[in-house]
Amino acid sequence: MSSNSGAAALKESGSFRAWLIKPNVQKWLVIITFAIVPVILLLLFIYYPIGKMVEFSLYNMSYTKVKGFVGLKNYIDIFAKPELFQTFRVSLYYMVGAIVQIALALYFATILSFKTKFTGVYKAAMFFPYLVNGIALGFIFKFFYTRGYVLDTVLTAFGIPLESLPYWLRDQSINNWSLVATSLWKYMGQNMVLFSGAIMSVDPTLYEAASIDGANKWHQFRYIILPSISTVLTLNVILSITGSLSAFEPPYVITSMGGNGTATYFIKMHETAHTLHKVGLASAMAVVLITIIILCTIIQKLVFKYAFRNSGTDSAKTKMKRKQFSKGVN
Amino acid sequence: MGVEKSARDYILKFFKHLSLIVASALCVLPVVSCVFAAFKTKEEFAATSKMALPQDWGHLDNFINFWNDSGIGLGFLTSIFVMIVVITLSVMMGSMLAYVLNRFKFRGNALIRNLFLYAALFPTILLQVTVYKLMIQMHLVDSLIGYIILQTGTDVIAIYILLQYFENLSVSLDESAVLEGCTYFGVFFKILLPLLRPAIVTCMILKGVGIYNEYYNASLYLQSKNKYKTVSTALYNYLGPTKSQYEIICAGVLICIVPILIIFLVFQKQVYSGMTNGAVKG
Repeated sequence: MSSNSGAAALKESGSFRAWLIKPNVQKWLVIITFAIVPVILLLLFIYYPIGKMVEFSLYNMSYTKVKGFVGLKNYIDIFAKPELFQTFRVSLYYMVGAIVQIALALYFATILSFKTKFTGVYKAAMFFPYLVNGIALGFIFKFFYTRGYVLDTVLTAFGIPLESLPYWLRDQSINNWSLVATSLWKYMGQNMVLFSGAIMSVDPTLYEAASIDGANKWHQFRYIILPSISTVLTLNVILSITGSLSAFEPPYVITSMGGNGTATYFIKMHETAHTLHKVGLASAMAVVLITIIILCTIIQKLVFKYAFRNSGTDSAKTKMKRKQFSKGVN
Repeated sequence: MGVEKSARDYILKFFKHLSLIVASALCVLPVVSCVFAAFKTKEEFAATSKMALPQDWGHLDNFINFWNDSGIGLGFLTSIFVMIVVITLSVMMGSMLAYVLNRFKFRGNALIRNLFLYAALFPTILLQVTVYKLMIQMHLVDSLIGYIILQTGTDVIAIYILLQYFENLSVSLDESAVLEGCTYFGVFFKILLPLLRPAIVTCMILKGVGIYNEYYNASLYLQSKNKYKTVSTALYNYLGPTKSQYEIICAGVLICIVPILIIFLVFQKQVYSGMTNGAVKG
């Protein structure tokens, strides 16, 4: 009797195991066990907060207390309060800086992709700032820009009298440019490495073919290099726009939380939420920023579609030329 | 004609090298000036030009003082601990998810991919306004576990890199293993995971740099300044907005950035390729 039930249990567990290793069951088992944690975390920390943000933005509330429903008043406040709205202007400095940064990165990536001495040294020198801790970067440049310190010493060594130099961090006509320069310092080399990675993936025989066709360096850049990096390029343009609105560490450290008119949108948002405890208003600010990001992405998609179509025909042309060329040789 | 062309070439070459040298010098200059300042005594720093070499390269008091007073030692321990845990978790989760998304067709596959794709659009620090409230409700503010979960949970980049890498791993590997009686779990752990090494190295580099340099979340979620310190928060809390002893500030800055620069110099190649791999879809 007992041995009988034992056998039954054995048989049952055997069939359970058989059921378990059935391909279909196993497949779903793998899918669920492997995917469940990351998906839950994603929903919990990205999508749920976005939903909550939209909800909070309609209330007057702090982290501990809800004071009442206010409808769209928070949104109106963002555009009506000059101290908030003027941060968009500050972000424009960062956007201009980002364009300069991308242009410089493109220039250096291009010239380093041709044979140059000491490429490794130049590349390392320009790239390493990316690895510098943001807080450390803040202190480095606080030191750099202080009156009579590093920058002033270097400039006076070039014969510019100290009296004619501005206070880099205090003078409101220049201090935002000073901060933008620090973010250029940090990210230019990283952009350059990204671009040169994309340039490296270009088939080198294209250059040969092009130069035999009489293309100069500019033509090589315009018709071979540029199309090949259009993806990375548009991506970086987008990242720099969102980055310019959410710039945080430079004003946080260098001008002590955005003093002297250097507060960026994100600095104000942080202050609104965590110092002034106006969580509703801060949520509205975040929603506006997310909307801007989504709009930028849509525009980028459209631009990319257009650019891709163009570059597609370009590279097709060059390929055809190459084919003709190789046929000619044969 | 030929002479003219070569003259033009020389001028172009000259400007090319000039621009490279100027740009490199500008990149290095701020850090070099910190090195000079960090080795000076207080009096020497006040009296000499900021670009003058220090008199005694053996003057280490600034470093010692910073190390003793800032608690950055604890900061290093915490940062390294968080790094190890987060990298392990996110690489494991990322590769498991990438395996499932790449190898199996099922309802919801495309949905999950898109959810991750669009999540990459939103800078995670932007969501902290409401995540903070969520973390309060879960009692995860001021807790190392909370910080670790947050750093792991919002990592989308690793999943991309791994997903991309899976595309290049032939399915015939899986098939032959299954024919030999291997389960899907076995296929993943015994066959595919070891092959993912290059992609895992990329993730480790990107994630490691990110965590080592992370400040914002650490300042929000590890608030008890005496209990928890990461490298960044120790640096900021000690040097603060008001300190003006730049010889000590510079020493602190160097202690913070030198480890990562050494790692960069040793693993230059991997770092560059990590950057490029990570950025394709970033």
